[in-house]
Amino acid sequence: MKIIYLDNAATTPVAPEVMEAMKPFFSERFGNASSLHFLGKQAKEALEKSRGKIMKKVNAKEHKLVFTSGGTESNNLALKGTAFANKDKGKHIITTKIEHDCVLNACKWLEKQGFEVTYLSVDREGFVDLNELEESIRKDTILVSIIHGNNEIGTIQDLKEIGKICQEHEVYFHTDACQSFTKVPIDLKKEHIDLLTINSHKIYGPKGVGGLFIRNGIKIDPLSHGGGHEFGLRSGTENVSGIVGFAKATEVIKDKDIKHMTKLRNMLIKGVLEIEDAWLNGPREKRLCNNTNFSFRYIEGEALMLYLDVKGIAASTGSACSSKSLEPSHVLTAIGLKPEDAHGSLRLTLGKDSTEDEIKYTIEVLKQSVDSLRKISPFGNK
Amino acid sequence: MYTKKVMEHFMHPRNVGEIKNADGTGEAGNIICGDVMKIYIKVKENKKGEKIISDIKFKTLGCVAAISTSSMITELVKGKTLNHALKITEEKIIESLGGLPPVKTHCSLLATDALKEAIYDYLSKNSLKIPKELVETHKKIEKELKIAEKKHKEVVKYTSKKEGE
Repeated sequence: MKIIYLDNAATTPVAPEVMEAMKPFFSERFGNASSLHFLGKQAKEALEKSRGKIMKKVNAKEHKLVFTSGGTESNNLALKGTAFANKDKGKHIITTKIEHDCVLNACKWLEKQGFEVTYLSVDREGFVDLNELEESIRKDTILVSIIHGNNEIGTIQDLKEIGKICQEHEVYFHTDACQSFTKVPIDLKKEHIDLLTINSHKIYGPKGVGGLFIRNGIKIDPLSHGGGHEFGLRSGTENVSGIVGFAKATEVIKDKDIKHMTKLRNMLIKGVLEIEDAWLNGPREKRLCNNTNFSFRYIEGEALMLYLDVKGIAASTGSACSSKSLEPSHVLTAIGLKPEDAHGSLRLTLGKDSTEDEIKYTIEVLKQSVDSLRKISPFGNK
Repeated sequence: MYTKKVMEHFMHPRNVGEIKNADGTGEAGNIICGDVMKIYIKVKENKKGEKIISDIKFKTLGCVAAISTSSMITELVKGKTLNHALKITEEKIIESLGGLPPVKTHCSLLATDALKEAIYDYLSKNSLKIPKELVETHKKIEKELKIAEKKHKEVVKYTSKKEGE
């Protein structure tokens, strides 16, 4: 059976050129970057070359890049690390209701430790209200953490405006760019970003590697203590092969791929919206080039997802049934969807290798599947 | 995650539909978790004079587990006596499907509840004696439905307030 992978927001395959770049670092160039012998030096060189390459990608001149195990660790380090190191300044953190779980749950944990967190609401399309942000900043605010490209509904926030507000009020600005990195240009200098989370496996790199950019001079404590690797902020032998792969992966998505994905995304949206009682969640413009998220009335998302699965199409859903907590997606709820409408949601996220034929086939299968499930549904024929 | 049997019932559910002039209808669900099931039954007497479910149809809005347990319960009780049908447990349905993931076992309750409600409806419409246990189950389901509706209203109030902002 043909496999159509439309869950690229969950993860991507490792690109062949990335795999090639990594290979020597598993065998002949296996050294520990902290070793003083020639093998160590080799590893250290590769590590620093990779670091430099990734830093260039976001114009990081006043920042250091700390390699981590991925987006979750980077976000945890950004939040907990700055919170604890700046206790003398205050105990207040601002974030949004549409962050990734790793940010929200780190914030909930920080609340238990005595910090106060403001969760900004968003509009119907998932955009943060800049006035609300500005009004929420207090004298004791340490950090503002706002996701760049939303992983569920694709909304791209205006980093420059948010950065400006944070700079004016002298609070740190962190953004989680796991979904947007290499798809949307990011400029740490122009956008006044103090901390930036990126990761590798969403951009055709290996899993288990991520990074956190940290502006020089920012007060931040490490999560793990040890041999003082990564500027003393992330102890533990560096994952050299993974980091080399990560650096290579930052070259994978090219302008033409972004154009290609945007075109297919728009085609998919147009085709799916021919289905009755279906709509697009998230904005039309300022949306990640590979993201679509739909709701279908009268049916449930996990059932729909498995109909697609049987036909070889990999998708994902914000339905309560598919979550461990049995709660509908917090992002869909935050943009104002009723629980039953969040329930019938489906996320399809494209990759650079998605094809027009795949999208046409997906639209057809989706039409049939929605129809079949509505025939079973007590509300299907209204 | 799901067994072959579950997927088979999900992709090809038995007894889907509605029965016009049904002798009993039952509904169960939790609009918050999103699952809703409706069952329609026709009741006849067999040669022994026992009441049997001569026909049964269902409609379900729900996940794979909800749809497959709905389908399975209709197979388990079709042609069986009301007494037999009332004794079908969630465990029996899950076992007949070759198991369900732990997080999904609550879905089978939807099926047994909807069936019990249909039988309750039939018995009360025909002024027949309703077993004490069934009366209690009916009260429980009604109460849960009210809580679910109230919870749902609160969420909707919250989200529609956001719309007005």
